[in-house]
Amino acid sequence: MPILERFLANYYRDSVALMQLSARLSSQKGIEQAAAVMATEANIKLLHDTGLLEHKVEPRPNDLLIVIRGEDEGLKKAMGEAEFLLNTTDRHEDGEVAQKPPRSIDMAMREAPASNLALISTPGVYAAGEAMKALRLGLHVMMFSDNVSREQEKMLKNYARDHDLMVMGPDCGTAIINGIPLGFANVVHRGEIGLVAASGTGLQQVTCLIERLGKGISQAIGTGSHDLSQDIGGITMLQGIEALAADPETKIIVLVSKPPAPDVAERVLAAAARCGKPIVANFLGSETKDVQRNNVHAARTLEDAAHMAVALVNGATPKACQKSIGKTLVQREASKFSKGQKYIRGLYSGGTFCYEALVLLRDEIGSVYSSTPLQAELVLRDAWSSFQHTVIDLGDDIFTRGRPHPMIDQGLRNERIVSEAADPEVAVILLDVVLGYGSNDDPTAEMVPVIRTAQAEATNNGRYVSFVAQICGTNGDPQELSLQEARLREAGVVLAQSNAQAVYQAAAIASAAGQKSTQQSSKGKVR
Amino acid sequence: MIGLFSENLEIVNVGLTSFGDNIRKAGGRSLDLQWRPPADSDPEVGWKLATLINHPLVETANERAYQAYLSAQPVLEGVGIAGEELPGFNGRMILYSGPPISWEDMCGPVQGAIIGAILLEGWANDIKAARMLAKNGDVCFAPTHHHNAVGPMAGVISPSMPVWIVRNQEQGNRAYCNMNEGLGKVLRFGANGPDVIERLRWMTDVLGPVLKKVVEKLGGLELKPLMAQALHMGDEVHNRNVAASSLLLRKLIPTALEAGVSSADFAAVARFIADNDHFFLNLSMAACKAMLDAASGVPHSSMVTAMARNGVMFGIRLSGLGERWFTTRAPVVNGLYFPGYSLSDAAPDLGDSSITETAGLGGFAMAAAPAIVQFVGGTPHDAIAHSREMANITLGCNGAFTLPAFDFTATPAGIDVRRVVDTGIEPLINTGIAHKEAGIGQIGAGITSAPIACFNQAVAVLADELPSWFE
Repeated sequence: MPILERFLANYYRDSVALMQLSARLSSQKGIEQAAAVMATEANIKLLHDTGLLEHKVEPRPNDLLIVIRGEDEGLKKAMGEAEFLLNTTDRHEDGEVAQKPPRSIDMAMREAPASNLALISTPGVYAAGEAMKALRLGLHVMMFSDNVSREQEKMLKNYARDHDLMVMGPDCGTAIINGIPLGFANVVHRGEIGLVAASGTGLQQVTCLIERLGKGISQAIGTGSHDLSQDIGGITMLQGIEALAADPETKIIVLVSKPPAPDVAERVLAAAARCGKPIVANFLGSETKDVQRNNVHAARTLEDAAHMAVALVNGATPKACQKSIGKTLVQREASKFSKGQKYIRGLYSGGTFCYEALVLLRDEIGSVYSSTPLQAELVLRDAWSSFQHTVIDLGDDIFTRGRPHPMIDQGLRNERIVSEAADPEVAVILLDVVLGYGSNDDPTAEMVPVIRTAQAEATNNGRYVSFVAQICGTNGDPQELSLQEARLREAGVVLAQSNAQAVYQAAAIASAAGQKSTQQSSKGKVR
Repeated sequence: MIGLFSENLEIVNVGLTSFGDNIRKAGGRSLDLQWRPPADSDPEVGWKLATLINHPLVETANERAYQAYLSAQPVLEGVGIAGEELPGFNGRMILYSGPPISWEDMCGPVQGAIIGAILLEGWANDIKAARMLAKNGDVCFAPTHHHNAVGPMAGVISPSMPVWIVRNQEQGNRAYCNMNEGLGKVLRFGANGPDVIERLRWMTDVLGPVLKKVVEKLGGLELKPLMAQALHMGDEVHNRNVAASSLLLRKLIPTALEAGVSSADFAAVARFIADNDHFFLNLSMAACKAMLDAASGVPHSSMVTAMARNGVMFGIRLSGLGERWFTTRAPVVNGLYFPGYSLSDAAPDLGDSSITETAGLGGFAMAAAPAIVQFVGGTPHDAIAHSREMANITLGCNGAFTLPAFDFTATPAGIDVRRVVDTGIEPLINTGIAHKEAGIGQIGAGITSAPIACFNQAVAVLADELPSWFE
């Protein structure tokens, strides 16, 4: 193969620069080997040794020697490239060395030493480590992540308590601290009501309703869903009560949770009773008598909790809300059903809404099946297929495996809306729509066409499906509550102010439908 | 928690960046991490790491270790014979670079160098006999680091070799290094032919005694100022030592003339030094070793006190874990190769010279030597970026070594094993590349990084050895 060589006189280049040039030339098309060296005795010997130089060359230490072996055409091109590269300067743009974002909490603390809270949403196996680092560096922690072992959760919370810090979570979806929405949270005004909640959508519902009632939130602390278990003992909720009790902005405190472990509930309620501020406690599904204490007002529903807290702020007597069922509306909806339509199908994106629906429907209509039922015998054999009255949480692990949460991606729920509406025994489809930061940018834009299609399909088959929904959100939310409501209303959806009211409404419509269909006595299909 | 309610919320966002976006949209402040799982995605080590973060015992220990490193004052005290100077270096013993390894497992260049050293010592008459001797366990092998010494590439030191003696005047510890033979066919790359042995004999007979006399006359030479000056002249005193070697020679020449060294001998010595751009490297390494040994042995300290490679394994030591090694497979260096050679010819990373990076020089002082960054196609800006990146994994910066291109700020120094594991930023190492076969020599140079696996191991052990009563 031919060899091309060229001397460039008095052309000193650093050996590193020349090695780089050699490498670049060698990689060119049609080039077998290339070397750019200062023509010293040693370098010439090296070129002889490697066979790149075959004839004798006198050393010229101040000159640059380029030797290239390869195919004819490539040779000249490569030599031209070599000379071009040797005579250009500044191949790279001149500018400041870019500041890279920090890789660790420790690095972030060096960049922003005033940091005071770490928001952690890493995969669960790493979340505890990140939380522990944050605590050790003096940060409060909100852990959106889940799948942290109870042992680690307990270690984190104990460490935090001992160091006057707080761990919200793991599995804490939402919080509002100093007016800043964290995770999935709604935009609400600041005010006098403080929350400590073990459930994310529970916290969202109560804060949104308080906003709609014209009051505001001082702080909304999430504890994570495991905090009130026997293992953890309500460490965060107890800290939260203490913190809100000492916070001058907070006048009323609302506690939200599924029923805690009994002695944990006892501890929490005892702390609440002596904290010095009026408390409204909604332990979903608990008996009022088990929750009620001196200074502690038991709220049966999330809606009740919001209304009672607002009443307390106004100096009024806290009372449970009335069911606001429009009789004419119920009759109008029920009149459109055909024979055999009688069941409710609740398709929830919010876990707490689903749970609240199960609790309320138990009293309203009796047995309700679910993938997460109140009683084990009411579990659906197949979560993907409803039976009689069915209410499911599409945010449950069974449904979210490998796909985003239904608050973000409504695809799965939309499919389910269509299949439920096609079931001739279905009368009511009960829905929740959650707005706020973190949720789908425009949920009804996707949902309305699906509802219309499902309804049209039912109409074609001589049926009518009643859609009942509540939107958990505020007008301050990026999705705008009024806009989302208007869209649903226009699509014929019955809107309720709260999840509880939506449940009552759905139950009333289904009952009316049921009375109509028992006259024809149709049998339920076998599960 | 009450404190939080009265402060401005300043969030560190670890995970989904969309949460940070939302916080900013809502008028809050969030610093979003470019997060990736720590500890090479090992959750168990990640959790152990977390228990070490801001741990009072570790912080106090690091303060002590780091101050000892900073205050160390390495001085070239003299030149001696290895067998007479190195502690515990007795009988038929040969030292090699990096973590411990048995004869069978050694890489080609190290075996070649050991054979050369056996020939030099006259323990065998030919290569075959030397190999038998080594194989049969008739020669004792030990890592240089176990005898307060370091050596570049194969790092081989045998009893008759001349060594630099560097004393840390502050704490009184000494460190040793062999002398640099130059480039081409040399022992440290595993060459052991007659010309190599002859050069080593000359180094024992002439170079060592001459330098011994000159250094005596000098009355000790402070090494930190000389290294600092070299950093201002384009060296990073690991892979680029042109300035430091010249500065050294400038000190030696007048003193040699005053010391009455035979002019023929000194002419040969001066020529030898002048022809070798890397002559200072071995002194730089001894100085770094002396500074780091001052920092070693502080219980619970997470400061790295040695990084070294033997051509098979890469190993590190921590101040808080004394003389233990944490090792993993040595990486092959992706760099620039001399004409005719490529990655497939390269031996895995080799030598004790990464002691310079451990001491905040070499790759950590890259901003001083922009020429080096070209090995990986970089620019002076990249060189500065490299030094800046290293500051993320160190305990601090060493004011004795400043970097002009870094606005004369100090070099990042004192690698914190926690920060390496937490950030996943591996220490950068500038290095030469040896041919995998003994005796061919250097075939390239490049920039590599210390593999994170050994740092993970060290973190796990450091965490396990924290007293459980302490919190």
